[in-house]
Amino acid sequence: MSPKTLYDKIWDAHVADVADDGTSLLYIDRHLVHEVTSPQAFEGLRLTGRTVRAPDKTIAVPDHNVPTTLDRANPATMTEESRIQVEALDKNAKDFGIHYYPVNDVRQGIVHIVGPEQGWTLPGMTVVCGDSHTATHGAFGALAHGIGTSEVEHVLATQTLIQKKSKNMKVEITGKLKPGVTAKDITLAVIGETGTAGGTGYVIEYCGEAIRDLSMEGRMTVCNMAIEGGARAGLIAPDEKTFDYVRGRPHAPKGAQWEQAMEWWKTLYSDDDAHWDKVVTLKGEEIAPVVTWGTSPEDVLPISAVVPAPESFKGGKVEAARRALDYMGLTPGQKLTDIQIDTVFIGSCTNGRIEDLRAAAAILKGKKVKDGMRAMVVPGSGLVRAQAEEEGIADIFKEAGFEWRMAGCSMCLAMNPDQLSEGERCASTSNRNFEGRQGYKGRTHLVSPAMAAAAAITGHLTDVRELMTDAEAVA
Amino acid sequence: MDKFETFTGVAAPMPLVNIDTDMIIPKEFLKTIKRTGLGVHAFDEMRYDRQGNEIPDFVLNQPAYRNASVLVAGDNFGCGSSREHAPWALADFGIKVVVSTSFADIFFNNCFKNGMLPIVLPQEQVDILMKDAEKGENARQTVDLEAQTITTSDGEVIPFEVDAFRKHCLLNGLDDIGLTMEKVSSIEAFEKQSAAARPWV
Repeated sequence: MSPKTLYDKIWDAHVADVADDGTSLLYIDRHLVHEVTSPQAFEGLRLTGRTVRAPDKTIAVPDHNVPTTLDRANPATMTEESRIQVEALDKNAKDFGIHYYPVNDVRQGIVHIVGPEQGWTLPGMTVVCGDSHTATHGAFGALAHGIGTSEVEHVLATQTLIQKKSKNMKVEITGKLKPGVTAKDITLAVIGETGTAGGTGYVIEYCGEAIRDLSMEGRMTVCNMAIEGGARAGLIAPDEKTFDYVRGRPHAPKGAQWEQAMEWWKTLYSDDDAHWDKVVTLKGEEIAPVVTWGTSPEDVLPISAVVPAPESFKGGKVEAARRALDYMGLTPGQKLTDIQIDTVFIGSCTNGRIEDLRAAAAILKGKKVKDGMRAMVVPGSGLVRAQAEEEGIADIFKEAGFEWRMAGCSMCLAMNPDQLSEGERCASTSNRNFEGRQGYKGRTHLVSPAMAAAAAITGHLTDVRELMTDAEAVA
Repeated sequence: MDKFETFTGVAAPMPLVNIDTDMIIPKEFLKTIKRTGLGVHAFDEMRYDRQGNEIPDFVLNQPAYRNASVLVAGDNFGCGSSREHAPWALADFGIKVVVSTSFADIFFNNCFKNGMLPIVLPQEQVDILMKDAEKGENARQTVDLEAQTITTSDGEVIPFEVDAFRKHCLLNGLDDIGLTMEKVSSIEAFEKQSAAARPWV
């Protein structure tokens, strides 16, 4: 048998039909659904008299629109349009009999945090959702990617997707990370290297010692932003950490089925001599804490750098950089650490998990948010929130001056009231620094949770290593 | 879905690279539960000021391009969010074809589901079409999907590649779900085999 990549293996296990030209029907094991990209798909089913083919494999949760304030049980906290969208999901979940976590359920949260938390996401699966950050689930060695609403309808009706296979790309992070450098820095550094279109046409497998060393939470952060590099999906081969994370989750297999699953899961890795269409290698020890300076996730630099000059780029990027600097209100040559910050946002499907909150809290402990700044933490799910409260992390945030919110997508895309105002500058643990993403004319700098915490304390973009104790710095 | 027919229309130049779907349709317009009516909000933040007045400099506000049906765009068009509201907004505006050196994967797929044709060409050819588009309302380009050509206003014919299955679906206005439903026996067979091999799924 010819050697295969992990992607090849998962793909081969899910092809239900293949045409002569390679166009395949890929069977979908888990379909995650949220309120923004699904109403038109359910409407399409109703109009054509179709049903959901596999309701037991379909899981819905409202996350994009939901308010994150403590009083959100009151419907008046939502705009009418948002309320209609959330109510439409309530009704669709009920009418079509799919699994559902409503707003008032403690398990509610961002769909990409809820899926793994509840054990819906398992190694070797195909997972889709009408959301580009579905790539997150690749951390489990699941083939997971975003789809449009027409494809949501297609999966609801047929439990398959019409697909052509992507190419294989290997991204290897060798060696060990230095203290203060996190999964977020890895994934941003990779995009800085490849560009936002570098992964177009590929499925990425992340590997190497620095990836193996990451927790499952860290691996989810890395895969989450595969889409920002243009890839269809990001994958990490499952290992003991993966199995330990999955074991005992509500929807993970039990007993004999667990044993049977493990037997297959242990074969889910890329063979030694598998073919790669593209290989990118970064040295873990050379990755620094990074920030973005522009309006594309590829606009990445180490925190020690200065704002670049547009002329230092090539082709269409020169004009794009000029536009970005104008939008961001920055001047070439300015030190990144001199950029003053108004707001800090910690949360999102990129960095809203318990480990992210722990990392920020470790920096914030005993310190205060700088006067005049706005700082908020939005846990990725109700269960993350509860765990953080139990661990005393919530108290650290509150004592530092952070708002301690309810779970949702929040200011990552600002569909709910959590938005930046015009010109407001934010250090954000989210995934996109696009124009207007966090609010009209809002300015976003993407950072890790630890770097966000550091900026909250000092009021400007800051190298988190300067705030670490000597013990932490050598850890 | 309407059949994709050969047409001649005004091409608008948008040379900016990395035009993301947040730019094409900002988040506040994602709260709709319909597919229609988004054309007026296409490129909303680039197109209007906060009072709702048109920004005259923006290409689609210029008299020459108000009726554009082709966009000639910079690299990596449609990156970011998976929102199908982006092609819905473009189609509702009247755009049928977008030309670029590369497209983001999800946006590219979404176009075909809505009767739109994204065309990938090498930089040189995109440059020719961009230059042609910059001529204004005389820049009427002809797209012939059957022949797989796009012709500039000067008559220069540029061939392009397109996936055969997708071409077939566009030309015939075929609905994907209907096509897949014809293969339901393959899906049933897969489910049966999969239930035995991976019962935990």
